[in-house]
Amino acid sequence: MKAPAFDYARPASLAEVFDLLDRHGDEAKLLAGGQTLMATLNMRLSQPGILIDITTLNEPALTGIRSDGATLSIGALVKHREIERSAPVAEQVPLLAQAVPHVAHIAIRNAGTFGGSVAFADPAAEYPACLVALDATIVLVSRAGERKVPARDFFKALYETDLQPGELVARGEFVAQKPGYRSVFMELARRHGDYAIVGVAANGKVAGGVLSDISLAYLGVGGIPVLARQAMAVLEGQAYSTELVGAAQRALANDLDPAADLYSSGATKMHLARVLTGRALAALAEGA
Amino acid sequence: MSGKRQTAITVNGVTENHAVEPRMHLIDYLREECGLTGAHAGCEHGVCGACTVRVDGEIVRGCLTLAVATDGRRVDTIEGLSDTGEIADLQKAFHEHNALQCGFCTPGMLMAAQDLVREMPNAGRDEIREYISGNYCRCTGYQAIVDAIETVLKARKEKSGASPALKVVK
Amino acid sequence: MNARAELPVSAPGTKADTGYIGKSIPRANAKRLLQGRGAYTDDLRFPRLAHVVFFRSPHAHARIVSLDLSKARQSPGVIATFDGHAIAEYCTPWVAVLSHLKGLKSPAQYAVAIERACWQGEAVAAIIAETRAQAEDALQLIEVEWEELPVLTDMELALDPATPVIHPDLGDNLCFHRDFTTEGVDDAFARADLVVEDTFHFGRHTGVTLEGRTIVADYNPAQHSLTVYQGTQAPHMMQDIMSRHLNIPEANVRVVTKDVGGSFGIKVHVYPDEMATAAISVMLRRPVKFIADRLESFLTDIHAREHRVRTRLAATKEGKILAFEIDDLTGIGPYSVYPRTSGIEGNQVVNLTGGPYAHKEYRARLDVVFTNKNVTCQYRGVGHPIAVAVTEGIVDLAAQKLGMDPAEFRRINLIPDDAYPYTFPSGLKFELLSHHQCLDKLLALMDYTALRAEQTRLRGKGIYRGIGLAAMIEVTNPSPAFYGVGGARISAQDGATIRLEPSGMVTVLVSVTEQGQGNDAVFAQIAATVLGITMEKVKVVTGDTEVTPYGGGTWASRGAGIGGEAVLQSAKALKSNILDIAAAILNVDKGTLDITGNEVYDKLTGATKMPLSEVGRVGYFRPDTLPMDFQSELTVTRHYTPRGYGFTFTNGIQASLVEVDPDTGFVKLLKHWVVEDCGTILNPMLVDEQMRGGIVQGIGGALFEECLYSADGQMLNGSMADYLVPMAGEMPDMVIAHVESPTKTSELGAKGAGEAGTAGAPAAVMNAINDALLPLNARVSSQPFTPEKILRALGKV
Ligand SMILES: Cc1cc2nc3c(=O)[nH]c(=O)nc-3n(C[C@H](O)[C@H](O)[C@H](O)COP(=O)(O)OP(=O)(O)OC[C@H]3O[C@@H](n4cnc5c(N)ncnc54)[C@H](O)[C@@H]3O)c2cc1C
Ligand code: FES
Ligand code: FES
Repeated sequence: MKAPAFDYARPASLAEVFDLLDRHGDEAKLLAGGQTLMATLNMRLSQPGILIDITTLNEPALTGIRSDGATLSIGALVKHREIERSAPVAEQVPLLAQAVPHVAHIAIRNAGTFGGSVAFADPAAEYPACLVALDATIVLVSRAGERKVPARDFFKALYETDLQPGELVARGEFVAQKPGYRSVFMELARRHGDYAIVGVAANGKVAGGVLSDISLAYLGVGGIPVLARQAMAVLEGQAYSTELVGAAQRALANDLDPAADLYSSGATKMHLARVLTGRALAALAEGA
Repeated sequence: MSGKRQTAITVNGVTENHAVEPRMHLIDYLREECGLTGAHAGCEHGVCGACTVRVDGEIVRGCLTLAVATDGRRVDTIEGLSDTGEIADLQKAFHEHNALQCGFCTPGMLMAAQDLVREMPNAGRDEIREYISGNYCRCTGYQAIVDAIETVLKARKEKSGASPALKVVK
Repeated sequence: MNARAELPVSAPGTKADTGYIGKSIPRANAKRLLQGRGAYTDDLRFPRLAHVVFFRSPHAHARIVSLDLSKARQSPGVIATFDGHAIAEYCTPWVAVLSHLKGLKSPAQYAVAIERACWQGEAVAAIIAETRAQAEDALQLIEVEWEELPVLTDMELALDPATPVIHPDLGDNLCFHRDFTTEGVDDAFARADLVVEDTFHFGRHTGVTLEGRTIVADYNPAQHSLTVYQGTQAPHMMQDIMSRHLNIPEANVRVVTKDVGGSFGIKVHVYPDEMATAAISVMLRRPVKFIADRLESFLTDIHAREHRVRTRLAATKEGKILAFEIDDLTGIGPYSVYPRTSGIEGNQVVNLTGGPYAHKEYRARLDVVFTNKNVTCQYRGVGHPIAVAVTEGIVDLAAQKLGMDPAEFRRINLIPDDAYPYTFPSGLKFELLSHHQCLDKLLALMDYTALRAEQTRLRGKGIYRGIGLAAMIEVTNPSPAFYGVGGARISAQDGATIRLEPSGMVTVLVSVTEQGQGNDAVFAQIAATVLGITMEKVKVVTGDTEVTPYGGGTWASRGAGIGGEAVLQSAKALKSNILDIAAAILNVDKGTLDITGNEVYDKLTGATKMPLSEVGRVGYFRPDTLPMDFQSELTVTRHYTPRGYGFTFTNGIQASLVEVDPDTGFVKLLKHWVVEDCGTILNPMLVDEQMRGGIVQGIGGALFEECLYSADGQMLNGSMADYLVPMAGEMPDMVIAHVESPTKTSELGAKGAGEAGTAGAPAAVMNAINDALLPLNARVSSQPFTPEKILRALGKV
């Protein structure tokens, strides 16, 4: 199926983007990598009046991977493949570095953007869960200026975020991995590159076998990435053991209430989330 | 409003000037406007990889790329890579291993294979499988494709002495 | 005839000169595809081409109360809009029955539905526009009022008297029923020491050819002729059908098939939207193109499988199988598919279950029922993947209950290699099979004993590996008994025309078609071998009804065996004619001459006499120099029909090694082995690649692929993102080996090889999974084996 007719603009600056958004309102749709948007347009799932192509914007607020040692920021327009190749990301946000190879396939990672993935907020996408696990900050930009939202507040419901009309995702900000902290990203997908059935983004401190400040965020288990606060509480300050893992797995019952997808029931997802939790905690405890 | 836009796109080294509707994706552009029918559309949803072409040197899904968005950029297709001889060794290996049957996936598969050979000169079989995991082939069962790429990796490595990674990933 | 002038093409047991036959020669026609310079139907260009799209029913079963195309007609670029009534004036409906499938019934089917839609995706209107995009724009402007009708999706309910009948005129929802029984079956079950039973489920899946169905129909009113460019497996069959249903004289219909992007049975059927496209070309008097895009493919390309088979096996405590019994139910959608019918797959299951074994008793029951889902019909393997999985699944279960090794249990029961010709309980006749040789070779190839030892060792470490075997037989080279006897105008014979060109090159025109299997390549190998010429001198042409001899095309693993024999016979005749001319020119006895290396030579002295170009020069340009009563014949046509046996059966055995993760239910395919006997091997590389591609399609059905439907008949995963096909990352390496038992029904000796991989792989994978699960007391028998199903079997969810 061919996409419905739409107009196309390639603004040169953010100011122009805002003008276009103002002028076209609901009719306008931002086009980043197009790796989600174009696929849905080729199914005629929506009929925007105009696509605003932001990929060639040369705005520091939305481009590049930057680090000052304490904080690493990834611009919305940074492509998945650039994140995959980035040495600073591998060093300072290892969770994300582990997650990127699970995002689709190379040709898609060459075009798809960080901001597009965050804005689209697919519940089975990798980045949102990583952002939530790492308690990262999402920087939004509108004509009024920038606005920072904790990732944990940004994802609201299925495909629904805190993005307001006239706003763009500008970048994500991550606290650089602190000493003693480890990250593990794991997911279960039927085929390499598919959106996962479930996945877990885990991060935390491991010292002398004792776990602290552990965060566990799950993808594919609901409308949004889910932070497993009860399970995290069970783990806090405890020495790693199979009993502890069991307790955390049981606690997930209070954290997750996964809905079925095409191939897996909620119960299966719950089971798999528990399995992954056990594996992720073992990997965290055993260390890299 | 959604009228045609004039574009100038360098396709296989030649500047093509066509006025196209904004909604036209790169594969329809190549096939219908340029008459280059080597790249195929197998799904138009980004899943099958039959439409894989290079934009500014990187492989992308042609079906998820708007022609107007490639205005002023460089696009390379299977026809171009064939004529320059860039992938002659891959084509020969695919031929000798019968790494194609119906051939519909082959242009996209070769684009991905060439990207792999450039990016991961030391790839093993599992890495080859992973790299081409976004390219669907219904006919071959993939093994011959993996064999062909493996052969070329070995040959290119021997030719260039050690293993001069162009760009090493990971 | 001079016997010495004939080359022994197949000399079983000898290492005689077989020329190119048996060599792994790369396919010449692959080169253009490697450069993106093929000619798939959508690559062709036509002046004044119009594009048709179809408005498809969003409902699984609904009556069209009103259909308003007027707004769509006004949309920019739209050329015409038609409903089913308008199309029906140019294209008559069809009924897909076969007289040898007694009682099979199906209603008349129209190119575009006229009163109601019976599945989600059935075309109910056509829009023709200057571009595809414009035609799709107009689709959104069609206004329809529907009256939804009861929807039947659960085939188990189809025959329940409380279930509404989809086609009231037919009386019930039963398309076809067959009972088969041998006399002693009850007795066998009564006296058996062991009776095992299980119910096997097979998900509905589909072919997903990477190139969607594509057709360009180009009607010429001046000649009342229709040229159809179509990605089809059977151009002559399509010519016949277009001719009859569009009422155009047969010779005025030309079907041209260029490169085809995969077929696997998907492209051998009559599709309503393709018939409508041809009718619209007639109506509009201009070329019209239709491409089934990916979303349409899932809703309208034939589906296959969806069987539920209750299975029983009786055996003695010594491990002798006494009897098999099956009860097969299959739901085929609302119509039997034209012209092959949708009764064949179930019929094959009845014919083939128990296939490799020497039991004497057998009972089968088959119910083929209508449902409101997309239609099902013949797709690669046709019934085999079901029959093999049912047979091999129950055989493994019996072995397990008897505490016997599955390989040993098979050895006891496989038909002995010296028992041929052999008549199977279902009535099938086997000419020559090699089950035991194949089994022995397989066990050696995979080092079965070592794998078993490793399996035991790893189990101790909590690693669950499984080894699954699947022996099988396969129908190939079908005789007219398959379709022709039932009244279908589907050719069981094929022809080859070979022409010596003046330059000494040879053009081979064959009615069998090419979709990547390598038919063209093996035809060239055969022609070059017989004629004593080099490969580059041969050009093969297929896929044009106006040019090639008449024939069936490519399906049912028949291309190489039947088409190849036609080429062989044709080449032999041409060679004889060439030598006649050479003998006349040289004024010597023809018997002293032969051809090698593109030259005629003296067999006694070995001396070169003349190049074939000289034969061509004289034959075409200076026939005046030949004797008065001599007429050169440098074009020859021969045909071949398989006879003697209904089918030329092949056999083989596959093995799969998997590792099941009992925590996640994920199955990792570690390796796959096949030993296959397809008779004379024409090109080992191509045969192996047919096996590998087929195996992966089989694995698709076993692990990933299923057309999921909601209770109200909506396909839930009708996109490539949601319908999971095997991708490179998860597929195993496959080791292929052969036993060669040439068929004596042809001189070539080749049997078919195109479907064996698909036929056996699901059973091998299923048995491997169950072998891995055995120590965990779990068992699965419902394909595809998703992680969830395995976790359920393990009691984890
Ligand atoms: C076959 C396939 C498999 C895939 N598998 C995965 C996978 O496993 N995991 C995964 O995470 N993703 C997957 N993706 C999606 C891919 O990662 C996309 O690139 C990503 O989700 C969207 O990024 P994009 O830049 O392409 O955005 P686009 O498609 O251009 O846009 C997506 C949406 O976000 C909006 N948007 C884009 N950028 C911004 C911005 N800066 N501010 C506000 N709104 C914005 C757009 O308006 C649009 O609504 C897959 C895609 C395909 C085709
Ligand atoms: S056509 Fe682009 S990925 Fe399939
Ligand atoms: S060769 Fe047919 S899809 Fe790959």
